[in-house]
Amino acid sequence: MIDDPCDRCEEMMQPYLDGVLSEDEVRAAERHLEGCTWCAKRYRFEERLRHYVRVAVSEPMRPELKAKLAALRTPLT
Amino acid sequence: MSESASPTAESRRLAQEARDRVRFEEEALELSDQVYRVARRLVGSREEAEDLVQQTYERAFRSWRQYTAGTNLRAWLLRILTNLNIDRGRRQQRAPQTTSLDGELGDYFLYNRLESTAGEENPDEERVLSRLSQDAIVDALAEVPHDFRDVIVLVDIGEFSYADAAQILDIPIGTVMSRLHRGRRILKKNLAEKAVTT
Repeated sequence: MIDDPCDRCEEMMQPYLDGVLSEDEVRAAERHLEGCTWCAKRYRFEERLRHYVRVAVSEPMRPELKAKLAALRTPLT
Repeated sequence: MSESASPTAESRRLAQEARDRVRFEEEALELSDQVYRVARRLVGSREEAEDLVQQTYERAFRSWRQYTAGTNLRAWLLRILTNLNIDRGRRQQRAPQTTSLDGELGDYFLYNRLESTAGEENPDEERVLSRLSQDAIVDALAEVPHDFRDVIVLVDIGEFSYADAAQILDIPIGTVMSRLHRGRRILKKNLAEKAVTT
């Protein structure tokens, strides 16, 4: 059982950012976030972190591989 | 009507098929950057990722007729890639048992840890985030066990839905959600250990 509203908000953070909460749950989370800078800061951090991780681990494909893949196409007759 | 198509109908059908095939190949190639980015984090090295992506496209171009036009082509390609990755000897790991430590770490854990060791009062989120270097993030993700990492890579890096990730990995959607939940916590634990000390 979760009594502390900040604990409840922490539990809702991942599903909130994943966009899988119901409308009622989203409203409940946002009501809490409006009044709680402590949780709001952690939500903002999590959102930034996700973006930061995505960018940090993104390694572009080398042009050599791109050329190899293009060469796999069926030749036009 | 005769059973066999007339020569004209047959040549029209072949011409249509050739056009469909060209379109399929072009659409698949347009997704190659995105496929590679996901592949690169599913395996340990650039060479492995490149081999895997090449094999994926070879197989996809051979079996293009099995793709249903209008469905998610990127997910279809990743499904092939994941299967090839397993065929290559990557054993499906059994999910490790939850340790008591993982259970105790809430979703605010990383922030709390980074903030409390930041060496300044009430730092902003950017300042807290700047304690994580790019290398630390890459290593922290690589050290997450396969089963959990696959889901993180597909959902958080590849931006696939839970449903697509479930289909790609051939696991129930509930398993995607539970692995994602635990995987993100393991990733955060790894990140906390690699944070730059200030």
